[in-house]
Amino acid sequence: MSFELQASVRARNFDMSISLAEGETVAILGPNGAGKSTLLGVISGLLRPDAGTARIGDKELFKLDGDTHFWSPPHLRGTALLAQEALLFPHLNALDNVAFGPRSAGASKAAARKTAQHWLAEVEALPLSDRKPSRLSGGQAQRVAVARALAAQPELLLLDEPMAALDIHAAPLLRRVLKRVLRDRKAIIVTHDILDAYMLADRVIVVEEGHIAEEGPTRQVLERPRSHFAAGLAGLNLVAGTIAPEGITTPDGRVFAGQHDPDWSPLPGQAGVAAFPPSSVSVFLGDVHGSPRNSFPVTITDLEPYGDQIRVRASGVQPAQTLSADITPAASADLGLVPGMEVRFVVKSALVSVYPA
Amino acid sequence: MIKRSGYHGIPRWIYVIAAVGGLLMVLPLAAMLLRVNWPQFIPLITSESSLAALGLSLRTSAASTALCVVLGVPLALVLARGEFPGQRLLRSFVLLPLVLPPVVGGLALLYTFGRQGLLGKSLELAGIQIAFSTSAVVLAQTFVALPFLVVSLEGALRSAGSRYEAVAATLGARPTTVLRRVTLPLVLPGLASGAVLSFARSLGEFGATLTFAGSLEGITRTLPLEIYLQREVDADAAVALSLVLVAVAVAVVGLSYGRRRSSTPVEVQP
Repeated sequence: MSFELQASVRARNFDMSISLAEGETVAILGPNGAGKSTLLGVISGLLRPDAGTARIGDKELFKLDGDTHFWSPPHLRGTALLAQEALLFPHLNALDNVAFGPRSAGASKAAARKTAQHWLAEVEALPLSDRKPSRLSGGQAQRVAVARALAAQPELLLLDEPMAALDIHAAPLLRRVLKRVLRDRKAIIVTHDILDAYMLADRVIVVEEGHIAEEGPTRQVLERPRSHFAAGLAGLNLVAGTIAPEGITTPDGRVFAGQHDPDWSPLPGQAGVAAFPPSSVSVFLGDVHGSPRNSFPVTITDLEPYGDQIRVRASGVQPAQTLSADITPAASADLGLVPGMEVRFVVKSALVSVYPA
Repeated sequence: MIKRSGYHGIPRWIYVIAAVGGLLMVLPLAAMLLRVNWPQFIPLITSESSLAALGLSLRTSAASTALCVVLGVPLALVLARGEFPGQRLLRSFVLLPLVLPPVVGGLALLYTFGRQGLLGKSLELAGIQIAFSTSAVVLAQTFVALPFLVVSLEGALRSAGSRYEAVAATLGARPTTVLRRVTLPLVLPGLASGAVLSFARSLGEFGATLTFAGSLEGITRTLPLEIYLQREVDADAAVALSLVLVAVAVAVVGLSYGRRRSSTPVEVQP
């Protein structure tokens, strides 16, 4: 059974339509306030959109248009929600927390506990059955919350940044558990973490300002980002413009040379982007001789350690444009780089990939 | 636990004023204790009329506390979580008995449930008479005690937030199941302290009861009414009974607050 949704919330400038095939896991990526949590609220029935429709298979979740005002309440939707915090019911132990869904569906106490034990074992938390939530660590509580959500047998599982509140030691185990239980299951996972998208999702949807900025298979979006957010996640610099024979032309008329996709014939004038890693950028002071093609003046905004390199962030001619360069600490010291300095970024055109936006 | 050796930030003069405030509460009780006729204490409080008044007070206070819970929980829920026109107005009216002189409350009840009252006439035709009966005592006590339960529970509901309820609903629980298995267990401490306050308020109720229910021995004469009556004829008896009332109130409040303090409070994040 597939899932389809189209909804708009005017007050939040939210308008999206998404669909999921049976067994598909989709990661929703985007900056804070982009509408990721609004989307989950609309799907789970905790937030009512101004207009739209949604269905899982034959089951209508809501249909709000001119004449019809059908709205099914959260408990009839089969869309279990797992939030950033585990939100385990503090007065119930782990087992009874997991048994809550089956109990609410009408199962007997014994049957519900049996189901709960199965799912606790599935998330490697069976030994924690008797513990109250106050005696569970963050990672343990979140695994129990995963079991609780799954025990409710949701048709669509909604995960709202499930790893965000965990410390770095607890996240890998939960990620492994999620990878196992999300296989062949319809799920939407909202995340900030590129690793979650890589490991857990078949497809990525990038949202910005309440709208879908781009979507596609996880690999493709991360290797060929078209939105600045996805480029940032993938650690790439992104320059937008129009396709030109040797690369792209930026809106200020500068030609940015790069490599076109070999199996793709661009039409000049088509909108395109040039993506390149910060490691392909060199930093120079003053004018550059020998005229490398991709050279442009920038103003340094930040310097920060990045692995064993220094990441130099700078703003380009276009005000919104932020570009990064990775250089060695020694080079940074030699050049005497400080924020506010005007320098020149030079990009090796062999490392720039150009593709349509 | 926070160590007591930390910095308090309380100026010393605050302690002086706090001590005066504390004395204002404690000194009158001490003064009363000094006036107790100890040799006659047991006979005084076990006289027939005293026992009747004490028994009536405990029974009616228990009944009105139960009524407060039955009516107050839904009221607190719709005030804290609901959305409807006139919500603020309803809250103001529910809180009104807190500031209203109880005599005024008693008069209002009389004009509602009395023989010539708004509902009283119809009730009278149905053969039900409320004014000047034990039911009137319970009604008067409920009227003055209900706001205590509503305020305390509404506060608990607000600070608990509704995130657990949202999760419970997405797990497939109907609203009634969510209320029974999530909301009420989460706010149980608030409900308990509200019920204790209501009981204590009911136990001390005087003005509304006297106005609406009168002072009939064994039927409507609760302990505070008995104390007021005895004060005229037998001051020793009044003092002895007052001490009983203080003891019962201290026991009720102390028991429930003491138990709550000792158990680790459930942390509920908004």
